[in-house]
Amino acid sequence: MTSVDAPTGQPGGGKSTAARRFRRRDLNVDTISFLAVFLVVPVVVYIIFVVSPFIQAMYFSLTDWSGFTATMNFIGVDNYVKLFQDDTFMKAVSNSVTLAVVLPIVTLGIALVFATLVTVGGPSHGAIRGLRNSSLYRVISFFPYVIPAIVIGLIWQQVYDPNTGILNGLLRAVGLEQFKAFAWLGEIKTAMPAVMFVIVWGLIGFYMVLFIAAIKGVPAEIYEAARIDGAGRFRTAISVTIPIIRDTIQTSYIYMGILALDAFVYMAALESGGGPANSTLVISQQLFTTAFTKGQFGYASAMGVVLAIVTMLFALIVFTVNRLTGGKNEVSE
Amino acid sequence: MTSTTSGTSTLDPGQKTRTNGRKSTNTTGDKVVGGISHSVLTIWSIIVVLPLLWTILSSFKNNTEIFASPFSLPSRWSFDNYANAWTTAGIGSYFFNTIIVVFGALILTMTFGSMTAYVLARFQFPGSRALYYAMLAGLTFPVFLAIVPLFFVLQGFGLLNTLFGLIITYAAFAYPFTVFFLFAFFKSLSNSISEAAAIDGAGEWRTFFQVMLPMAKPGLATVAILNFVGLWNQFLLPVALNTDPDKYVLTQGMARFASQAGYSVDFGALFAAVVITVIPVFVVYLVFQRQLQGSVSQGTNK
Repeated sequence: MTSVDAPTGQPGGGKSTAARRFRRRDLNVDTISFLAVFLVVPVVVYIIFVVSPFIQAMYFSLTDWSGFTATMNFIGVDNYVKLFQDDTFMKAVSNSVTLAVVLPIVTLGIALVFATLVTVGGPSHGAIRGLRNSSLYRVISFFPYVIPAIVIGLIWQQVYDPNTGILNGLLRAVGLEQFKAFAWLGEIKTAMPAVMFVIVWGLIGFYMVLFIAAIKGVPAEIYEAARIDGAGRFRTAISVTIPIIRDTIQTSYIYMGILALDAFVYMAALESGGGPANSTLVISQQLFTTAFTKGQFGYASAMGVVLAIVTMLFALIVFTVNRLTGGKNEVSE
Repeated sequence: MTSTTSGTSTLDPGQKTRTNGRKSTNTTGDKVVGGISHSVLTIWSIIVVLPLLWTILSSFKNNTEIFASPFSLPSRWSFDNYANAWTTAGIGSYFFNTIIVVFGALILTMTFGSMTAYVLARFQFPGSRALYYAMLAGLTFPVFLAIVPLFFVLQGFGLLNTLFGLIITYAAFAYPFTVFFLFAFFKSLSNSISEAAAIDGAGEWRTFFQVMLPMAKPGLATVAILNFVGLWNQFLLPVALNTDPDKYVLTQGMARFASQAGYSVDFGALFAAVVITVIPVFVVYLVFQRQLQGSVSQGTNK
């Protein structure tokens, strides 16, 4: 687990005798002023506004601070004990974990299939190429990524609207009368899948573009060789594409997981109250309410630490799985 | 359809004929696979575009028309909803706040980020590794953990509920990403260039501004676009740190607009506000689309 107290080793501009390309005779006014402005100023700002809040949060999580009183009592791990007995919070943790398990695999799976189709999914003879008009699909799929997440949420809130939404409108139009006033976001059974779909809708395009770029970096000869060896499309995707771009997939998986564990914006727009029977309540939402509505900053900070730990665990699992499977899927060349 | 035994043997003439033979028999297969692929991608494109088109259509309808049917066309095409959203709902002032904050933060983070990335890529000094990990932590730690203390840090500086406070916070949180991306870029620029500049008598300042920065333009452009989209869409930071309605940015203004009036929301104006929010990012995307596609992978390659 990485710790955030690393930055205490603040680089001093003047004491760099050990550096390789940076010898004592280089230290004139020009260089020193350059390093002072170029390194010290940004890093100080970064430490004040990013690093120090993280460290403070870890300390606050061990206190009973309300945020509005001048005093706070150090109460050790009491907040954490309380968290694990807090049913609402545990529900939020399980919802967040569900999102982190489902969203990356669905989003990246579909994105990978689409990326494969538009890059190497073309006819099995002639040059290796994608489908016709593939760039059109690529540009359209990317659209949602440039829409602010909160706006995506608002659009879909309207799409899902029981009476005026286009979804129920379409379902009624094809004769499914049971959806006359079906509240997609108001039913325990459909609330979570409906929210998940919106997040997938918003992000497939971005990862698709990412994978397309990665696949285009693969030399065409490798695909030609696979074809000559008699590998079909599916086999090529599993045995050639995925092993070669696995670094990109791993990075994407971690990005997507971090996003799924946050999910605050989508929830704020679609299910600001936590959904029916808290079925879509996530950690970030609960943290925000606890801190800014209930004024329990110490307790909220503990939730933040739990969220950070869950995020780190997620990244660790992805790295481990990638390493464990890495050996045998390597392309033998 | 295809055999799974991978032919590791060399390409003898016999195998060539086999390949040729499959080529012709597979044409129907190609058509089927191609057809299915096209249908899947087309269906997805429709799913993407339909809600957007519907939003635009609805932005021209009044509340009665919206409640009547989701498909009906507006009785008359007017920009009344847009005017309402712009003035009554305050989207206009949110819009200008957003412009100030996003461009301020963009300039700040690009300046700081490129400077740090350059120094890290070119010099080695004690603590450079620690700095690298501090950046990594800032990139992976959930912003949510920092949000509570950040509130008080800003309060301490008297920057809470000010646009400048937002600018500096936005910039600080975009900074690690910017450094990471540009670090790789500056690293790839050859050292011999800066050495040549030094031999020609250029100091560190001149080397950076007149030699390295112009060379890094493609990388800078890509990061700037990605940052622009990211900052424009920022939601959590303003919601927590900027509670003065006069200083709202677009995203939080939208959230307030949608929730404030409950059932009496002017839906037409809401749809119009959505369109207004999306258009600028859309334009940036369409203009720089090619630039973005090419280099998106660069940033994530490590």
